[in-house]
Amino acid sequence: MSLMKNLMEGTNFNPSSLTALQKITLRAVVMSFLFYGLASIEGTLMRIALVNPNIPPINGSPEHFFSIMTVHPIIGIFGSTYQLVFAAFMFLIPYLTKKPLYSVGLANFVWIMITIGSALAWIAAFIWHYAPLYTLYWPLPADVDQFSTIGGIVFIVGIALIMIGTLAFIYNIYATIFARVGVHANKTTKELLISGFGIDGLLNLIHKLMGKPPYTKEPALSLPVVAIFRGTVDTFLDALVILGAGVLVLVYLLADTAGLHWDVHAIDALLYKNFFWWGLDLVADGLVLIYVAGSWYLLATIITGQKLFMENVARAALLLELVVSWMVWSHHLLSDQGQPEMMKLISGEMVTAFELLTQGLALFITLVTLWKARPLKMTMELKYLLGGLVGFGLAVPAGIIQADMGLNRVLHNTQWIIGAHVHVAILVGLYMTLYSVVYVLWPMLTNNTKLYSSKLANAHFWLHLIGGIGMGAFMGMAGLEGMLRRHFYMDGEYQTFMILAAVCAVMLVTAWVLFMINIVMSIGIKGLIGIFLPAEDETATYGIDPQPAVVVTQKKK
Amino acid sequence: MTFETSVELLKFHSVAYTVYAFIIISVVAWFGYNLGRKEKAKPIVRIPFYGYIAFLVAMGVGHHIFTYNSIPWVSQDIMRHHIKPDKRFDIEIADHTFKMPEKMEIKKGEKVFFNAKSDDLTYGFGLFRQDGTMVAQMQVNPGTPNDMLWTFNECGEFDVMSTEYSGPEGNNMRVKKAVVVTGCDKKGAQS
Repeated sequence: MSLMKNLMEGTNFNPSSLTALQKITLRAVVMSFLFYGLASIEGTLMRIALVNPNIPPINGSPEHFFSIMTVHPIIGIFGSTYQLVFAAFMFLIPYLTKKPLYSVGLANFVWIMITIGSALAWIAAFIWHYAPLYTLYWPLPADVDQFSTIGGIVFIVGIALIMIGTLAFIYNIYATIFARVGVHANKTTKELLISGFGIDGLLNLIHKLMGKPPYTKEPALSLPVVAIFRGTVDTFLDALVILGAGVLVLVYLLADTAGLHWDVHAIDALLYKNFFWWGLDLVADGLVLIYVAGSWYLLATIITGQKLFMENVARAALLLELVVSWMVWSHHLLSDQGQPEMMKLISGEMVTAFELLTQGLALFITLVTLWKARPLKMTMELKYLLGGLVGFGLAVPAGIIQADMGLNRVLHNTQWIIGAHVHVAILVGLYMTLYSVVYVLWPMLTNNTKLYSSKLANAHFWLHLIGGIGMGAFMGMAGLEGMLRRHFYMDGEYQTFMILAAVCAVMLVTAWVLFMINIVMSIGIKGLIGIFLPAEDETATYGIDPQPAVVVTQKKK
Repeated sequence: MTFETSVELLKFHSVAYTVYAFIIISVVAWFGYNLGRKEKAKPIVRIPFYGYIAFLVAMGVGHHIFTYNSIPWVSQDIMRHHIKPDKRFDIEIADHTFKMPEKMEIKKGEKVFFNAKSDDLTYGFGLFRQDGTMVAQMQVNPGTPNDMLWTFNECGEFDVMSTEYSGPEGNNMRVKKAVVVTGCDKKGAQS
């Protein structure tokens, strides 16, 4: 097949054969990878600017540099990661529970809202240079002396749309999980809730220790669904916090447009910081770790075709993560001297240290499940899963190290945090796990479309792995030498590390380009357009059609 | 073991983490290699499950116990309001500008109380050596106390720099050689 024919028509992809559920999933996936590319290019621009500040379009301007730094995580986390995770879960929940998705329309609404919201936030930074960073430390986002009020309003509206889309995703997921239809027709809401929180796993462990028969032999919800449910609790709370902060900023900005200059110091900056980090940390430490643990368990069982090792322990660990994720935010405030010392000690150090335990358990359970099923073929999904394990194996201890009152004094706000911890966690840990999910779901979502090139897939894997670990490592080394994370160095400081980190960033962008070429050559431009056209088949399930009789009966009522 | 300065601490930390990074990458690579092999791999070590859990808990908690006992500024920071400082400097920050004594002169080993106040935004107060490495830092929030008790165990000239982003205008918040620490002999010990 010629290159041009592949480019237009793909390998054997037929978009008209897709159900509505497959199409909405793929739409969000497409948008997610476009946003990933944008975030990746932005990140690379910033890395190169730290080598040569005059690189266009930054041209040595801190205003432009920090505008990019502001939207880079918005595009990367919300535009890309949220979209990809939400898409996968809106597909997987019907697949795992054998129930139809509550609403295809709502699922469409989710990706459209997040796409528009992310685009608005990006436009606010691009046109008006609105740059309070994602941390939105009060009163910076309401500082109308430095930033354009209109830019701020557009930015906050964008964030609000993302959060509205997030709430719609949560509603769709919960409505599907708790629908008492199909296999759950005879379950009570209480049974589903107990299972959702992982309490049944804990009770099974307690019963075993007391020599009693198990609380339940067949939990109402499978383990990956429990992880999705639990992670979504944190997603919900986080959305409320970000929306709350957004409303506060918006009220001040709107007051300014009306000529009212309210005193920003009416809001306690440290209290706001606590509130904001409590919510934001539910994404970083709750949502990511829980969703990731659930994804590892699912991937391990799909790849091996076997039951998960120590499933009850895994269920109970997810419950433990519930408590842990709500109580760890103070590790972001170890350098805030107004923060009570007891909160630093208990929340910032001790409870945070439990993340080593919960993530260590997830890593152990996943590896043993794989090990018991050997020999396994080294497929792309297995490679990426192992890459994801390495990513969190590196990033979680890097985070625990800095969540310490002694080390935080010399590491806070340095490149160590954003490099060795955050970027290794996101790029290597999270994204390699997500790529594994993509390769597992690929045949289900595209009706067994042949991948254009396994060589391109392998090149993408190695470039992403080496680029991700390398960039994090060199940024981390610069951080140990005192380089700050939110500063535009323009006099050639920390050059060796910055050149090496920039080379790794270019590897990451190249990896993304190769991945996109492989995907486009597999589904073709016609296929890509076809994904966004209405589905002929409105089915909201995968692999369980025709729909269960109970669902059909209920629909008729 | 006691770390006198951040340079000593971060060197140790750098070596320890690098060793760990190679171990974790090697472990997963070893798993990956053996997952595909038909022959049964011989385990290098056998670690019981509860031993592994105990190891994780010990590492998580032990890390903090180790730093508390080996980094002198941890306990000093917690008890800073009960320790009488040798010197005190008040720093006011407003409009992206530091207002502080032109030269803060300190003798090696003195306990110095830095009291920073912000009149508008959230800033940072960081002390840096001339080679760019960080001595110490804290956040400076408006409306709440921001104080740090620091003992200089090294001599030299140190820059003050804002360690928190306060808008693009804050990018120039650096005062060169604002702190001077004297009192060392040629080998760096207290004279």
